[in-house]
Amino acid sequence: MPPRLWQAEVYAALKSAGVRQIGYVPDAGHAQLIESAHADPDMQAVVLTTEEEGVALAAGAWRGGQRAALLMQSSGVGNCINMLSLPVHCRMPFLALVTMRGEWAEFNPWQVLMGTATPAVLTAAGVHVRRADHAEEVAEMVVASAALAFDSQVPVAVLLSQRLIGAKVFAAKESGQ
Amino acid sequence: MSRRNDGTLDRRAAVATLLRDPGDLLVVSGLGAPSYDVSAAGDRALNFYLWGAMGGTAMVGLGVALAQPRRRVLVLTGDGDMLMGLGSLATIAAAGAPNLAIAVLDNGRYGETGAQRSHSGLVTDLEAVAAGCGWSATATAHSMDEVAALCERLRRESLFAVLRIAPEEQPRHLPPRDGAYVTDRFRRALGVVGL
Repeated sequence: MPPRLWQAEVYAALKSAGVRQIGYVPDAGHAQLIESAHADPDMQAVVLTTEEEGVALAAGAWRGGQRAALLMQSSGVGNCINMLSLPVHCRMPFLALVTMRGEWAEFNPWQVLMGTATPAVLTAAGVHVRRADHAEEVAEMVVASAALAFDSQVPVAVLLSQRLIGAKVFAAKESGQ
Repeated sequence: MSRRNDGTLDRRAAVATLLRDPGDLLVVSGLGAPSYDVSAAGDRALNFYLWGAMGGTAMVGLGVALAQPRRRVLVLTGDGDMLMGLGSLATIAAAGAPNLAIAVLDNGRYGETGAQRSHSGLVTDLEAVAAGCGWSATATAHSMDEVAALCERLRRESLFAVLRIAPEEQPRHLPPRDGAYVTDRFRRALGVVGL
């Protein structure tokens, strides 16, 4: 995937918000951000085995005086639900950037359930949900969401739409089809 | 179903030994009895007690450790919490945090819910799991002498330690349950309010 300007802007937005730790479960839509984080000596990039680890990591970071963000795909939102009691109950900031699957030219039917449920699940868990559909609005959305999260000490998730990211293309044909 | 032998350590005595003269040690304790044990050893602003978020204690410890690289962080939790967050042992080993140590109070039971056997009371060796996840320093303590030796190592090394404690329950010693209060108290004691 060629570098995209909005992804560079998102990384700059996280930096300007003072984010020092980034936990992630990889997603192709976040690949450029993940590379930027690993290349930055002032950023701790932590690869997670499951998304809820990133919720707990962010809680520890805040307690220790640093700001963190979590990068994940919509399929990982369901893994986070109980762990979100940490930022919600402890009145800590939480900032997640969620790349959406299952909503725009999705090839994989297993992605549709969690993609569809993601905004409702986050809202039910006490997370403020924002959504970016167009490249020109993403950076501003991340800046404003980081300010809401860290200044008002609330959990915020920014959904990056699948149309924005680009639907995953599967080149190979399945056998028998 | 196979069963492993029970531990014999007194959990309160073991935790009191680990937390003797804590200085500015940052302590994160897992839900249930480990939080009671840490509280019983003496409530302090640099303790953070979890009352929920099961499986997340070690990762909270990693976040604190990365944010405070010049301080020592000790995670004290139970086998049930550690089993729910086994993946975090791989994550922490991969991240590398020389100032973070974990001590698991392993009674092989889910003590809060009726003492059902956990995996570590059946077949699972948590020290071996940690070693397999990439922890280069691991230990298991069966006696108070071994616990006393661990006390020093846990404040110096990136160590994963298992304490084989007896399954008997102890009287509850309840730390504050208000997570917002405890978080704010911890941040004030660290001097990071405003960051």
